[in-house]
Formats: sequence, C-alpha cells, structure tokens
Amino acid sequence: MDLKALYNQIIVENSRAVHNRHKVEHATAVLEGVNPSCGDDITLELKVSDGIIKDAGFTGTGCAISQASTSMMIDLITGKTVEEAKNFLNLFYGMIKGDITDDDQLEVLDDIVSLKGISHMPGRVKCAVLAWHTLEEALDGKTESKGCSDGEL
Amino acid sequence: MKIIRDDFPILSVLENGKPLIYLDNAATTSKPLAVLNAVETYYRMDNANPHRGVYELGARATKAHEDSRKIVGDFLNASSDEIVFTQNATESLNLIAYSYGIEFLKKGDEIVLSVAEHHSNLVPWQRVSKITGAKLVYLYPDNMGHLTEEELDKKITSKTRLIAVAQVSNILGIEIPIDSIVRRARNAGAVVVLDCAQSIPHMIVDVKALDVDFAVFSGHKLYAPMGIGVLYGKKDLLDKMPPFLTGGDMIGSVHEQSSTYAEVPRRFEAGTRNVGGEVGLAAAINYLNSLGWENIKNHEKELMTQALKGLTDIPHITIYGDPSPDKRHGVISFNVEEVHPHDTASLLDSDGITVRAGHHCAQPLMEYLKINSCVRVSFGIYNTKEDVDIFINSLKNVRGLMGYGS
Repeated sequence: MDLKALYNQIIVENSRAVHNRHKVEHATAVLEGVNPSCGDDITLELKVSDGIIKDAGFTGTGCAISQASTSMMIDLITGKTVEEAKNFLNLFYGMIKGDITDDDQLEVLDDIVSLKGISHMPGRVKCAVLAWHTLEEALDGKTESKGCSDGEL
Repeated sequence: MKIIRDDFPILSVLENGKPLIYLDNAATTSKPLAVLNAVETYYRMDNANPHRGVYELGARATKAHEDSRKIVGDFLNASSDEIVFTQNATESLNLIAYSYGIEFLKKGDEIVLSVAEHHSNLVPWQRVSKITGAKLVYLYPDNMGHLTEEELDKKITSKTRLIAVAQVSNILGIEIPIDSIVRRARNAGAVVVLDCAQSIPHMIVDVKALDVDFAVFSGHKLYAPMGIGVLYGKKDLLDKMPPFLTGGDMIGSVHEQSSTYAEVPRRFEAGTRNVGGEVGLAAAINYLNSLGWENIKNHEKELMTQALKGLTDIPHITIYGDPSPDKRHGVISFNVEEVHPHDTASLLDSDGITVRAGHHCAQPLMEYLKINSCVRVSFGIYNTKEDVDIFINSLKNVRGLMGYGS
C-alpha cells in the first residue's frame, strides 16, 4: 500500500473536517474516547431523536488519521437511523480488520473506503477506529468509554 | 564501526522493500550473532535445571548460570552475590519497592523521584506510598532538562529515605548529576536506586564508584535477549530484605507451617530461572567489551552530533531538552510543528525508518512538558552516518507530505 497516497486523501479530509468540529446543542449523548497508548482524545456528541441521528460533532486532538476518520464518520452518520449507523460500524470494522474487501459491499461507506489501506498498518488501526469505537459505545447508551487499546476493535 | 552491522542479522531484513534503518534502540536493541549463538548453544548443549540435578549436565547448567552472574558482576564492578537476575528492569524495581520500600519505609518518610521517570520507576513507588504512607516528592528539571543543585537542595531533605532516579531519561537522554544526588542521600541517610536501563548501553556503570545502593537494567536494551534483567544491591541491604517472590530454589528448608530462606542472591530468585537469557546477557557484555567502550562512546557521540545538527537545521522542529551533544546519551525527542508524532513516525516508516512515537511510558514528563506525545529517535552501536542522513532527509519531507508549505 502506498502510505503517501493514503496521507494525501487524509489531508484533504482533514481540511474539510472543520465543519464537524463543534459541540452539539441539546446533545443526547456525549462520550470521550481516548487511546491510552498515544493520548489521542476525542469527544463525540450526538443528538438522537426518533431513532435518527439528527446532529453529530466532535472536539479533541489526535493524529491526522484519527481526526479524518472521525470527521468522515460524522458526515456519514448524520441524518441516518441508529440501525443504519450500526450497520456502518460493522462494515467499517470488517474493512479495517481486512475481513471485508469487496468494494461493492463497502460502497455505502463512501469516502471512508480511502482508509481501507489502514488494515495493512496494524500500528495505526487504533487511530482509525477510535471514533467508531466511541460511537458504538455512545449508541449503546454507555456514559463512560473504556478506551481503545492495541489489537482491539 | 561500520563493519559490525554484519554481526546483526535483523539489520539486513528489508522493511517496506527498503533497507531497515533501525532508530528505536531505546525501546529495544537488535541482537548480535554472538548473543544468538550463545543462547542456542546453551539450549543445545547445556540445558538442565540449575542447582537441582546431581548429574554432569545439571552441573554445566549451574555453571552457565553462575558464570553469567560473575560476568555481570564484573561488568558493574560488583561481587557476584550482589547480582540478582530478574526478567527486566521493571521487575528489579518492583523487587526493591516491595522488599525494601514496603518493608523499611513508613509514614513521614519521603521518596524522591524525578518527574522524568519511566512508569516502571514511578508506579511501584506509588504503590509503596499508598501502602506505607511515605510521601512522593518530585524533582523537576530546568527548561534545558537538567536537574539543578538548587532543585536537589530543595527536595532532598532530612525526611528523604529513598531516591529512585534514572541515570539517563528515556526521553530527554540527559544524564542526571548522580554524584550530587548520592552525596545528598548520604547526608540525609537515604538509599539511592539507580535505573540504568537507558544509560548502560552507552557508558560503563561502576556501581562502586557511583556508590549507589541499588542499580537495575534490562538485558534487551543492551543487545541481549528479552526477558532477562539485573538487580544490583549492596550486600548488607540485600541481606536484610525479605523475599519478593517465593517458591522453589529460594528456600533454606520448608516445613508445613514455616520456611527459611536461602542466602542472597538466591533468596530473590524463586523458580526456574531464564538461564538462556543470562547466558545471552553475558555474551552481550563480552561482545560490547570486545568492541571497547571508548569506541562505542566516540561512535555514538558522532551520531548524536550529526543528528542534532541535522535536526536543528530543519525548520519547524522542537527538540526537548539540551540540544548539546555533550549532554546527551542515545536519544533525541522532538516534534514536527503541526504534525502529530504518529503521523511523523508512519511517514518515516514508509521510508524504512523506525522511530518511536507516543508518550514513551513517561506521562508525567509529557504533562510537565505540556505535550501529549513526541517522536523519539535513538541510536545504537550499529547505526551509521548514512542512517542519520536518511533519517534527516526523510524528516525534511514530513511537513510537505502533510500538506504544509514548508
């Protein structure tokens, strides 16, 4: 995999990330996700009503991969139902683990398919997964994240 | 020193299709053939459980175990019975914390650490503090990363009973003023625990000349296998300490309700030992001695000088601690402005260059430096001027690749 090409995509995504960097008014879920091994730290805010994610945003700091992944995830889930978001979660985990490689199957993930190459970079998987892990816990009603450690999706 | 690269088989492995530029030596070092062969020979020819079998093979295993101890003792200028084999520096420090700290410290006492300590020389003392009520007191370096005499005067007092410090920080790479610290410890009546994990690959550590009470290090950072570590302790201190782990081989006699313990160092070596690791460590020490410590120091100083010059010439780089090569051993930690350390490390990795990025198991120092994490480049005996050139040239491209103009 060409890492430098992957980074090109990530940089474009990050320049677009600004619109997702905000707190959410009347949020129904606010959850901080942390990667203890590197200090990446994002807070995801969601407003869910009638089973639909009406609004989502994030604050925090981290590497380019974690920030791009978070922003693209927010673009994807905003306006979708919780069930759809959970489906995206499974597809994303499958892609990052390298279990799902079929582009047709991954098509619904849209731009996020650009992170597919991370599946060959075990050291950076947790960067890409942090936001998704936090989303999963937030949708499950957790109020405290257990964080995301190496080798765990 | 270039020729010795051939002694390290892993350095000829391609990474991402490119030659491996291994610059993460402070995390662990590669192992020379001398070490690999010694370990293999032990398991092929001499493997038995030391101190147990009455047969000839058992005697050879015992000899390998005790000969290794003698080589480590000579290396530190200590006697063999002051050397305890452990699995790593972390276990050595825990042994001191539990068998000395918990046993002999009490409420009102103070334990002095530097804020730059690795978690392995910090978390065990938090346990001791919690159990005994002794207070943790931190030394803070100045803005160049040095511990000043004023700071030592302020923190090392008549209440100080134990000082546990790394001789060289795994992030700043700067040597602490150990003579000053030991002098103050003697006046205060405190013991000194010296963590040599990051110093011993780069310099001779003479525990008698330093007059420290305990010293610890890990074999794997000294070109030896993983899973073998060393604790040095002054004999009179070890003698009065209770065991850390208990079980086989550390006993005098065992009855249903009570036991007596073996003399040191065996009192602290419960269960079957990592004799292969010990033999590998002894081989590593012999190998380094044969290269010559003056040669090692001069070679590493050349690399350090070249790397610091290269790094200071690149715009938008922040180096943590004194950027003078005379003050540094083995490591340089830095950040590229506006680029996360993990992204820097991944981009270097795509050029076959391995560096560490993260908090380096020293979160209190990260907090003190007001950063989340940093990149660390660290050198070993087999690194070359070419390695440093490739690293510097690759680093120059990082900001551009991350979309910044310069």
